[in-house]
Amino acid sequence: MSLATLKGNTRRRGPAGLVLIILAWIIFGLILVLPLYIVVSQGLQRGFVTFWEAISEPDAISALKLTLLATAISVPLNLVFGLAAAWCVTKFEFRGKSLLVTLIDMPFSVSPVVAGLIYVLLFGAQSWFAPFLNEHNLQIVYAVPGIVLATIFVTFPFVARELIPLMEEQGTTEEEAARLLGANGWQMFWHVTLPNVKWALVYGVVLCTARAMGEFGAVSVVSGHIRGLTNTMPLHIEILYNEYNIVAAFSVAILLLAMALVVLLLRQWSEARLARQLDVKDDH
Amino acid sequence: MSRRTSPVIPGFGLTLGYTITYLALIVLIPLAGMLIYSMQLSAAQWWGLITSRQVLFSLQLSFGAALFAALLNGILGTVLAWVLVRYEFPGKRIIDAMVDMPFALPTAVAGIALTALYAPNGLIGSLFPFKIAYTPLGIALALVFVTLPFVVRTLQPVLADIPKEVEEAATCLGARPWQVFRYLLLPTLLPAWITGFALAFARGVGEYGSVVFIAGNIPFKTEILPLLIVSKLDQYDYAGATGIGVIMLAVSFILLLLINLLQRRFQPKI
Repeated sequence: MSLATLKGNTRRRGPAGLVLIILAWIIFGLILVLPLYIVVSQGLQRGFVTFWEAISEPDAISALKLTLLATAISVPLNLVFGLAAAWCVTKFEFRGKSLLVTLIDMPFSVSPVVAGLIYVLLFGAQSWFAPFLNEHNLQIVYAVPGIVLATIFVTFPFVARELIPLMEEQGTTEEEAARLLGANGWQMFWHVTLPNVKWALVYGVVLCTARAMGEFGAVSVVSGHIRGLTNTMPLHIEILYNEYNIVAAFSVAILLLAMALVVLLLRQWSEARLARQLDVKDDH
Repeated sequence: MSRRTSPVIPGFGLTLGYTITYLALIVLIPLAGMLIYSMQLSAAQWWGLITSRQVLFSLQLSFGAALFAALLNGILGTVLAWVLVRYEFPGKRIIDAMVDMPFALPTAVAGIALTALYAPNGLIGSLFPFKIAYTPLGIALALVFVTLPFVVRTLQPVLADIPKEVEEAATCLGARPWQVFRYLLLPTLLPAWITGFALAFARGVGEYGSVVFIAGNIPFKTEILPLLIVSKLDQYDYAGATGIGVIMLAVSFILLLLINLLQRRFQPKI
């Protein structure tokens, strides 16, 4: 449950309220639930064995491996960045801060296709770096490094965005107290800051992971779609679908749907924890 | 560049340096690279690109579909946010949790699911006498799914923060329900609503994965802007792809500035 809902501001409902609630149920059913039902029913229409074959064939496994690799590289990098960015933006005042925050948010508003395009222009066959890359036999776009770079780009702001509002609200008093009581910088971070932000951090990492595993547009532009080599799970779904292998496409989609549901569950859990933590603080 | 708030808190130089370096390497230098590359385009090339029928059509389609989706979600999202904040009812928790589904679900999965749903033989598509998938309407409906959470999630906290007492006071002082809405709720909610709308619109213009399947990608019929970039790249037309990329970047930057301006103006720091 989101924080706003947990806080509660409910009223007694009249007949208009009942109509609105029914409307909300219809929106929920038609827009949010029906597509999920389609994924599951199409993926399992020929039974569990066909589903299992589709997700365990070699191309699907190698797509899964590449997806996990790109996620395993991009999430920790963006986690460290998110902590550093949130720290300097929320604990200090300096000129150009709001510009910096805007720039950190930039990858959110850039189309994923443009995100892929910038790396193709930078490292592709026609780029300034091309002679150098050729000479050293390095390939970035249409290869794994390009996929990793594109994934880092699209998941860039997730951790920072979750941390900044919370750390802004918490201010610097607790850290100052820790320092005055003799803690060194590392102890202060480990024993004061981190416990204060841990649930927001968990949620930021969860969102970052989900997007890294599910990114399609940016990765599609830089991948070159080489089967078994540069295919991630979402790209594998596209290939299967375009080959009219609908059942297999939806079978792989079920895996990603399951991941999305886990993300939503983790969100519930981390937000409930965060709310409880804020409540405890308010009571003091 | 430094005016420290608190002299005892360490790590300013380290974290700021790291943040700027990483930001430059991943985001700023590649984006600047595209801008520099686009400067190699001659005026004639730019003119040819901007006035080409294909680009003009895609611009119109992308903006039109994103506008439709953002407006529709402006209504649907307001209903959802209102109901979730104001009433207790069965299923509230599950609806609240599932609002974020479009953010969590990979766009390619959403894309094939919506196509199957709205295709002529699909669950919803077969109910209508006209085609939905592979038409601009299908694109707009895919964008409605993807951008649904924006308005809900920007309105929810603002709605929750309006104290009951304010509305009760207004009613006690003789305000009618529509007056409470017009003079109390509307001015409070409007900035958040516009922010949600702008976020949904920006996402809609750039969205690719969920649209590419349902669009069918027929030139002059369902070819959206991001798809045009992909097809230009497939033909090794880097200049054309870059030109469209710069146009899209400019649009998203303007929208981002607008959103930031709104948030700074209407949500002053306490």
